[in-house]
Formats: sequence, structure tokens, C-alpha cells
Amino acid sequence: MKPDPKTVLTGTHFLKGNDAVCEGAISAGCNFVAGYPITPSTDIIERISKRFPFTGGTFIQMEDELSSSIAVSGAVWGGAKAMTVTSGPGFSLMMENIGYAAMTETPCVFVDVQRGGPSTGLPTLPGQADMMQARWGSHGDYQIIALCPESPQECYDLTIKAFNLSEEYRVPVLLMTDECVGHMSERVVIPPADEIELSPRRYTTLPPSEFHLFRPGKDLVPDMIKAGDGYHVHVSGLTHDEHGRPVITPECQDALVRRLVNKIRQNEPKIRMVEEDIPDDSDVILVSYGISSRIVFLVRELARKEGIKAGIIRPIVVWPFPEEVFRKAAKKSRPFVVVEMNMGQIVYEVERCAAGQAKTYLVPHAGGTVHNPEDILKIIREAVK
Amino acid sequence: MSVAVSNPIPVNPVEKYLRMERIPHIWCPGCGIGTALNAFIRALDEAGFEPDKVCVVSGIGCTGRVAGYVNLDSFHTTHGRAIPFATGLKLANPELKIVVFSGDGDLIAIGGNHFIHAAQKNMDITVICVNNFNYAMTGGQYGPTTPISAQTSTAPWGSYQAPFNLPKLAESAGAVYVARWTTYHVRQMKKSILEALRKKGFSFVEIISQCPTLYGRRNKFRDGITHMEWFKEHSVIKDHPIPSDINLGFRTETIVGKFLDIERPTYLDAMNDRYQRIREEKGV
Amino acid sequence: MEKESTTKTPPKIKGEVFIKKERCKGCGFCIQFCPSKVLAFSKEFNEKGYHFPEAVNPDACIGCNLCGLYCPDFAIFSVREKKSK
Ligand SMILES: Cc1ncc(C[n+]2csc(CCOP(=O)(O)OP(=O)(O)O)c2C)c(N)n1
Ligand code: SF4
Ligand code: SF4
Ligand code: SF4
Ligand SMILES: [Mg+2]
Repeated sequence: MKPDPKTVLTGTHFLKGNDAVCEGAISAGCNFVAGYPITPSTDIIERISKRFPFTGGTFIQMEDELSSSIAVSGAVWGGAKAMTVTSGPGFSLMMENIGYAAMTETPCVFVDVQRGGPSTGLPTLPGQADMMQARWGSHGDYQIIALCPESPQECYDLTIKAFNLSEEYRVPVLLMTDECVGHMSERVVIPPADEIELSPRRYTTLPPSEFHLFRPGKDLVPDMIKAGDGYHVHVSGLTHDEHGRPVITPECQDALVRRLVNKIRQNEPKIRMVEEDIPDDSDVILVSYGISSRIVFLVRELARKEGIKAGIIRPIVVWPFPEEVFRKAAKKSRPFVVVEMNMGQIVYEVERCAAGQAKTYLVPHAGGTVHNPEDILKIIREAVK
Repeated sequence: MSVAVSNPIPVNPVEKYLRMERIPHIWCPGCGIGTALNAFIRALDEAGFEPDKVCVVSGIGCTGRVAGYVNLDSFHTTHGRAIPFATGLKLANPELKIVVFSGDGDLIAIGGNHFIHAAQKNMDITVICVNNFNYAMTGGQYGPTTPISAQTSTAPWGSYQAPFNLPKLAESAGAVYVARWTTYHVRQMKKSILEALRKKGFSFVEIISQCPTLYGRRNKFRDGITHMEWFKEHSVIKDHPIPSDINLGFRTETIVGKFLDIERPTYLDAMNDRYQRIREEKGV
Repeated sequence: MEKESTTKTPPKIKGEVFIKKERCKGCGFCIQFCPSKVLAFSKEFNEKGYHFPEAVNPDACIGCNLCGLYCPDFAIFSVREKKSK
């Protein structure tokens, strides 16, 4: 499926990451955005509100992030491709409806332009401390997909990817950018519409009499309908059977929750996006994602000047975590140095996958600005000692 | 055809709107939610909408279970969020008729902010609120409509918090249709729901209901009938009632009726209008 | 009771009431609010253990369907009888 060429701003542009998210969404066919202003994400809805009258979309500024995040689910069941956009404090409010979208298998996109926290924290400065919240923030067991762009170009590309993954797996997909990526301006190439591949919604071909709203296909993902098509479905956040009927039993819970988790876990190799460059003679492996990887690329060069050879792993899809990549890399016992703008989140995943075979070091940072290269180098030196 | 000795029982006309495989429902004997649902279904039938194009959205609570029983596209959302879900649904698919059916706690406490904002935007949805004066699903705690002095599980010595006047709230927030009845007033309730369904814009019907198991038992309404008889005796029907005249006292008379029926552009109409003008200006 | 007066002057409109006794939860709304006092509780219990309504005075039914509107369990409703055969 290709986007409508009239909506795609084909060409080479100089764009902020946040603008690129907006254009990515429009290229992906997004036609519903609900949001509530919050720095540093607001410019996304500002641009959306300007663009939508000309692309056939509907933008609504809601009264808060609770309503924005559930309006998105409503819109999707009405047939729209929908997104909401926020930052830390708003992301916290959206947790209940990320859970609802996961439970009801509603394909939609949440963008969190991360800023320093906790609480109101650093409204205008970056952070990467919402990564575990993205994974575990809503109560109960579920599995989402989360992507981390490191540049405006990736903001554009990965927003399209986020919509595609949400449709393929019927899951909320979280685009975890940050203030830095959101507000840096760089070259963004927007391809012609016919070079953009979009994943269509998995609408059923079965008639209402044969259709079950939550009966999975081989990949564990069920097909969908939209309201008004005569299927008379029931969609509930309660534990439900294949018909969507609430069934409050451990057996039904087991079948449903296992499938919700496994449809992502089992398909992780297909969902995986990792930038990996680990020459055989590497002394250390630098791990980073999003904005932090921009510093890490620089540090890699600085380390080389000191005679330290560093490999890199940059998960682009951070959730589900590419465990296999790290397990393999740990086999040669080279230490991992994890660079993230928080006091330690993804480092725990790396450590878990290293499973004692490789040492794991963290370069912590409370947020507000990117890492000082020297702080990273210090830990690298310690790691290779 | 031969004349049978005992005629087969014909099908109750409401059944085609219900998921009969899920009946009997969970509501207690004597609960008013079933009566409210019954009136809604009959109004819907009379309105003559294509059932495929009607959606019911509920939040969480005893009333919130309505979505699970109607044989329509139906959505049981998170607590308080039925209205914003309905907002997304309506904006994505304007040809749908969308009815939010939920409880007083869901719509006015945890969802109160959404209620006033959807009214203010004149979102084209019908909101039916079953007001049973308490949070029934969780065991009968006091809520935004509990009268002063009424007892609930968390107001064991009597509530001392002033209740919300729902028609007044709806009117001042910007609703275009507002009515209030009790479960005793089944005919009027049905008529008001029918009018609300036919209304373009944010229409609101409050249905005062008994909850014999919790609120009723704690407040000397022995059973559903006792409470309905009390509604019958203490409801004052006025021709042009004013929301601020409604009396919200405990065991006092109270005003019911149709409070408001006006016209105002809906959110979607206003948006489409504006978008259209801007497109014309820019020659797109 | 009032039986005599109602049978003496038959109502202009007649109705027939239908009861799905297994669905009834015995709330009594239909009995209480029937304007013609057509219904009364049965002596029997249904499967769920509730007394259900019976038409003890079927000829008085005017087919107003108030019982059908009040019933929270969709267990009772009426139809207006056809005038002639
Ligand atoms: C976020 C959240 N908080 C609390 C609850 C628990 N809860 C479920 S229903 C309910 C109250 C429902 O009251 P109302 O809307 O009046 O419905 P009723 O049961 O009275 O019909 C509460 C507090 C919940 N489900 N979700
Ligand atoms: S607890 Fe109250 S509101 Fe809930 S079903 Fe029972 S009577 Fe109805
Ligand atoms: S239809 Fe009217 S008169 Fe007949 S039983 Fe029902 S309530 Fe009574
Ligand atoms: S109103 Fe319905 S549930 Fe109640 S007694 Fe009559 S038939 Fe039974
Ligand atoms: Mg209530």
C-alpha cells in the first residue's frame, strides 16, 4: 500500500525532528491526532493542526492526556490511523490507555518526546528516562513495541515504521524520541510516495457470521473490523475470549495474556532493528540508542586515538529488546559500556543478556544535556583495563 | 396454517438489540439499570436508525456493563473515558450514531472533565447517565451525586459533601439537549432518549435509578419497588423546568422533565466549515 | 377485589401479555405498575429461585406494554390483540 502522493512532501528538507515526526505520520496515512500541549512535543501538534486541513486529517486538542490517549483508540475503531503526542508528565497520564490499546489490540502510535524528570523536571531539556515506563508503565502484563530515532531523518522514517508495526501486530507502538532529537534541525529526505511502503490494516475478509474479533492468525495476531461495518463486535478492556466476551477466569486470562505477550516476543526477530558494528578485534562494545548514540559515535573515534577499539550496538527497536544480539555479543566476553541519559534502565537488559559472560558498565546521566564524551571515555578506560 | 392449542410465545422485540447469549445480565434483582437499558432499546427501535451504524460506549461500573449486552458495535472502555473514546470514534467515522451509556461516578467524577469538555465542544453524541447516587460496582461508596446525609460505605455517618446538579452542569457546559427522569417514568424516559438520539450535538439524559443492593439498603429503601414508589411520590414534573430549581436534598422532592432543547453548531460542523473555508482561500 | 367491575365493562383496547418466566428475577415492577392489575406473583419458583408474574386477570390487559418497559430483565412484554379474525 502506498500513501496518497498529495500528502507527501517529497524532497529534501531542513527539518526539526518534531516536524519530521509530523511528516512521517502524514506519509504513513495518519488521519487522526488527539493531543494536549506539552513541551517539548507541542510543535508536533502545531504542525499537524496546520497540515491536516490539507491532508484530510482530523486534529483535536483534548482536555488532557487521559482523553487524548483514549480518543486515539476510539478513532482507530472508527477506521482512522491515529496518533497522540506527548512528553513525560503527559506520558504518565497516558499509561492507562496504552494498557487499554494493548488489551484491545488497537493499532496506534504514541510519541513521547522525552524530557528530564521525574515530575515536571526539565520541560525544555532532554532525557531518556522514560524507557522502562514505556515498557512497563501500564499495569499488568503486556508487550508493546518502542522505537528510538537518533536524528530528524530517523524521526521521519521510524514514524512510518511505527505505524506499519502497529498495523502488522495490532499493538500500540511507542516512538521514544527526546527533546534533543525533537529540536535539532537536519537534512531530511522525504521520498516520493510510490517509494513508501505502508502496511494496511488487517481487516477481515470473513462475513460477520464467521468472524471472531480476537481469534488469532498463525502469527498470533487477529484480524480487525471497524465500527459501522455490521459486525456488531464487543471490545472490552476486561479479560475476554475470542469473541470479545468478558470471561473472568484464570484459563481465559492465561490464553489471552500469553498471546498478547507472545505475538510480540515470538515475532521479535522480524520486528528487530539494530545497528551493529562489532569488528572482531573490538576491546569493548558501546551500547546506546536515540540521541546518546550520536555522542557514542564521536567517542568511538576518540577511543580509537587512544588505541581502544570499540564496537557498537544501537537498538533502533528497543522494545521488544533484541536479546539475541546481546547474548551473541557477550560470548566473546568483551565488556559492554551502556550510554543512556538516565540513571540506569536499558543497562539492566544488557546485563541480563550478558548473563555474567561479559561485564556491563553504565555511564549514567540525570538528563538535561547529552553526555560529556570524557565521562564516557573514563568508563571505557576502566572497562578495558 | 393450523391453529395451535397454545400459541408460541412471540419474540420480545427488544431481543434483536441484545446479545441474548449473555442474558441474564449481572444486575441485581430490582436494579434500575435494566429498565434504563430497556427504554434505550425501545427508543432506538423507534428512532429507526440502521443498527449497524449505532455504537454504544461505556466506561466502568455496573452501568458500564451495558456495552456488553447490546447487539451493536459496543465498547467497554476504561473508567471515566467513555466520552473521549466516543469523541475519537465520532470524529473518525461521522456517520455513526454514538451513545455513551454509563454511571454517575464514571461520567461525572473520574470522567467529569471529559463530560464538560465534550458538552462545551458540542460533540455529536448522546450521553445517558444512570445516577444511582453511589459507586455501585465497588460496593456503594459516596460519589458526585450522593445527597447530603445519605449513607454509603465510605460515608457511614452520612455524606456531607454537596452533590452535583447534573442538568445544570450539562446546560452550563454547553449541552443542547438535557432531560432528567427516574426509573419510574419509563414512558417519559423513552421519549427523552428518543429525542436525544435524534438531536444533533451533545444530548444528555440523566436517569435517576435505584440501587437496592447498596444505596437502597443503606438508606431505608427496602427494595427496588420501594424506591420507585418513592420516586413516583417525590418527583415534580414541570413544563419548563429550570436546572437550578432541581432539589438535590436527601429524601426531598425533586424536579424531573426536559430542561433544554436548543440548536448550536456541532464540533464537526464547525471544524468542517473552517477547514473548507481555509481550503477555498488557499485554492486547494 | 376489583375483579367484578373490570369484567363487567370490557376495555376498548385489549392486549396479550407474554412472560418468559425463566428470565425473571422477581423484582415485581411489572406487577406493581400494571395499570389494570393483570399480574400477580406465582406461587411457584423459576429455575433461578424467583417468583415470577402470572396473568391472573388476562382479560383486563390493555396491551399498554408498561410491564414490558419496566422489566429490567426483558422477561415480559405485551402485544395489542388484533381486532377481528
Ligand atoms: C481508574 C479506576 N479507578 C477505580 C476503579 C474502580 N471502579 C470501578 S467502577 C467504579 C465506580 C462506578 O460508579 P458509577 O459510574 O456510578 O457506576 P455504577 O456502578 O454505580 O453503575 C470504580 C470506582 C476503576 N475500575 N478504575
Ligand atoms: S449493585 Fe446496585 S447498581 Fe449494581 S447491579 Fe446491583 S442494584 Fe444495580
Ligand atoms: S400490557 Fe399493560 S395492562 Fe397488560 S399486563 Fe402489561 S402493564 Fe398490564
Ligand atoms: S418486571 Fe420482569 S423481572 Fe421483574 S417481576 Fe416482572 S417479569 Fe420478573
Ligand atoms: Mg453510580
